[in-house]
Amino acid sequence: MTAAPSSAGVRAGKGPNGPQGQAPRKVNFDLKQSGIYIALALIVVAFAVATGGDLLAPQNLSNIIVQYSYILVLAIGMVLIIIAGHIDLSVGSVVAASGAFSAVLMVQMDVPWPIAVLATLAFGALIGAFQGYWVAYFGIPAFIVTLAGMLLFRAITYKILGNKGIGPFPDDVRTLANGFTPGFLGNVGLGDALGGADLFSIVVGVLVVIGMVFVQLRTRSARVRYNQAVDPGWLFGLKVAVPALLVMFLVVQLARFRNLPWVLILLAVLVVGYTLVTNRAVFGRQIYAVGGNLQAATLSGVKVKSVVFWLFVNMGVLASLAGLIFAGRLNLAGPTAGNSFELDAIAAAFIGGAAVQGGVGKVVGAITGGLIMGVINNGAGLLGWQTESVMFVKGLVLLLAVAFDVWSKRRTAGTR
Amino acid sequence: MTDTILRMSGITKTFPGVKALQDVNLEVRRGEIHSICGENGAGKSTLMKVLSGVYPHGTYEGDIEFEGEPCKFSGIRDSEHRGIVIIHQELALASNLSIAENIFLGNEQATRGWIDWNKTNAAADELLHRVGLSESGVTPVIELGVGKQQLVEIAKALSKKVKLLILDEPTAALNDEDSAHLLRLLSGLRDEGITCVIISHKLNEVMAISDRVTILRDGRTIWTENTPDLTEEKIISGMVGRDMEHRYPEHTPTIGEEALRIVDWTVYSPTQPDRALVRKANLTLRRGEIVGLAGLMGAGRTELAMSVFGRSYGINISGQLFKDGKEIQARSVREAIDHGIAYATEDRKRYGLNLIEDIKRNVSAAALGKLAKAGWVDGNEEYRVANDFRGSMNIKAPSVEAVVGKLSGGNQQKVVLSKWILTDPDVLILDEPTRGIDVGAKYEIYTIINRLADEGKAVLVISSELPELLGICDRIYTLSAGRITGEVPRAEATQESLMTLMTKEVQEVAP
Repeated sequence: MTAAPSSAGVRAGKGPNGPQGQAPRKVNFDLKQSGIYIALALIVVAFAVATGGDLLAPQNLSNIIVQYSYILVLAIGMVLIIIAGHIDLSVGSVVAASGAFSAVLMVQMDVPWPIAVLATLAFGALIGAFQGYWVAYFGIPAFIVTLAGMLLFRAITYKILGNKGIGPFPDDVRTLANGFTPGFLGNVGLGDALGGADLFSIVVGVLVVIGMVFVQLRTRSARVRYNQAVDPGWLFGLKVAVPALLVMFLVVQLARFRNLPWVLILLAVLVVGYTLVTNRAVFGRQIYAVGGNLQAATLSGVKVKSVVFWLFVNMGVLASLAGLIFAGRLNLAGPTAGNSFELDAIAAAFIGGAAVQGGVGKVVGAITGGLIMGVINNGAGLLGWQTESVMFVKGLVLLLAVAFDVWSKRRTAGTR
Repeated sequence: MTDTILRMSGITKTFPGVKALQDVNLEVRRGEIHSICGENGAGKSTLMKVLSGVYPHGTYEGDIEFEGEPCKFSGIRDSEHRGIVIIHQELALASNLSIAENIFLGNEQATRGWIDWNKTNAAADELLHRVGLSESGVTPVIELGVGKQQLVEIAKALSKKVKLLILDEPTAALNDEDSAHLLRLLSGLRDEGITCVIISHKLNEVMAISDRVTILRDGRTIWTENTPDLTEEKIISGMVGRDMEHRYPEHTPTIGEEALRIVDWTVYSPTQPDRALVRKANLTLRRGEIVGLAGLMGAGRTELAMSVFGRSYGINISGQLFKDGKEIQARSVREAIDHGIAYATEDRKRYGLNLIEDIKRNVSAAALGKLAKAGWVDGNEEYRVANDFRGSMNIKAPSVEAVVGKLSGGNQQKVVLSKWILTDPDVLILDEPTRGIDVGAKYEIYTIINRLADEGKAVLVISSELPELLGICDRIYTLSAGRITGEVPRAEATQESLMTLMTKEVQEVAP
């Protein structure tokens, strides 16, 4: 994902540094953070080999992104809630309720789709505000509130839909969920081995890579200006080059298939935006403060209740966005939509390095965790595995990921 | 009658870096009430934990002899088996269970593995009658006040056939009426032949109830005397009698205008709404002045400070705050910070720091708004500010990106101080600023406090260590049972005079 390298680069340089800035440029490899990227790489390689390269084929890469996008959207909201020390079990039901709500507006009432989409997002915000009130201001544990929400919003979905689905959705919504950017600039030949590819997609890819390199260089030069420790040149180069190559590979493969999926662009915007919020915004900092030590945050003047409340509102909006994408993709709002999505989203956050006690976690980590599960799902599908085998492997991955987290924490113990 | 029930000899207990007890000797006679007095941190609780097996045999040096037999307790069950029961200051009852269930917790009245409820409740009622509690055994503990819970603890001890009952600060959390009842009960138990050891700060109670008194100071036994031969003054001088060394930096204050005035401040306990923790307290803090607040445990020092700091503790708070002569409202921590008030907590790990984050983010935590434009934090500026503090406060860490949880206590405290200095306060309340810090770092903290005063800030230092208050403060308030009992300029203050004020009972106004 596009934001991965920039955030990893900013946080990785933790070498010692005197006030005079004569820093011994020590390589500091954060095993815990890099661990999930390495795990994702290993899983991708393993499945690529097992499927004889089919996993990385243009159409399949596109499928992984489109099929798993709604989980990734949920994972972004979920990791924020987990960082603050809470949990949300209701997102699957909110996905279903939002899909149903939007279907009623668009299909049955013929509301223009942009208005219907906004109304659905507002519907999600309202649900989030409802749950946020009980958690933040009334003081009921989020586990209980959202367990209730899971039942409540599923019930509301059934009430709206009865026992059947509503569809089909307007084309524009289906395009958002399922469609691709049109070939604005026509095709370009990439030689005999690769064949033709969409020029617009490739231009976008190149611009993204340039942007990534620019941000990395700017961050590095700012750190140097403030006498902060930076990675040695070769490692910095590696940290810039590897993600850039990955992005270009992904873009080229997608360009060879059917251009860029709209959901990928949406996801990229969300990931960059939320990464910025968690790293740089006051609100983002307060999420970590609340999860890291609630009492200390309170005594530092953080409005703890309001932070938690808005996190749930945010989760509601993202869940209704996921609901729109899911309904648009199936072209149907069904009463069982989003079943057990909450578990996938929670697993994504924890695989991605979030801590059960709160205070730790990253948006990019959650996305990586979600991709790990997406690749397992997809690869297992290509290999024709049974559903139970997929479940089994996903369960093991979750357990091992958290075990690794606990282990690495114990290894660097002495904190408390 | 000199039948010795307990003899502890040569007890030495070492924690990493600290000798908590050094060659302590204690001899308790059968059927007496024996008080142990000493300042906070003198080693009283540690001694009792050694006795009751909380610190098992082998983790300390010295010998314990109970009823003539040497004891090697490996845990609290061993000591209870021999009839030694300790009741801690923080009561350890399961609040959702009934009185009877609590009394027989771990000692269930069962026949063949099944609990006999009739037997349990009947036995509980009998024990409750003995301690003078008119509740039924089936009443849930949660419905009882602290005073009655204390009685349940004693009933529980009686159910274990207690021979030696140890009470750690039994009346610290009680109102006068409950205290009086408890003391009468203890006298009654003495007449039944039960020996009591009481740790207490309340010297009038010590004088009234105990047969003998032992003084601990800095982990050593000072003396043991018969109560009739004692006066409160003699106990106080025993508790504090150490020399003042040159452990404090020289400082000449430049005292300016009044910065904060606290008027008729009253705070009630959030758990016992009828109990006032602070009663009509009046304090004035001036710019450039370091003011001390002395009080024993439970006197209401922290409660006073935290309630002033944005009502972060207590309920039904009344009274007025005047900042620079103008009345202010500080209903939330944010408002207090905005009014230029800062409070550095006594428990930095629980309430002061986010231990899993780095120095930089802890330093900026209370003043993010200052480092941000339109809601976005300037990370480079944050780094620069934190790094400046690392230099000026001499925080020993490889960089400001070091995780705070791994720093030493002294360096953690410097991070806490940096965090509050960054909010640019006019009034700094420092609660036990040197607790758990080694001597060298303490000196540095004192220097920082002096510097803050020289910058024109008003500083209020809360401390349990009287020498510290005498060493750094220009003026000292004493707090006893929630009331300000004295205001002493440094020149006139001595440890003895402060201790007298700190243990003074205020009786003019009934609670």
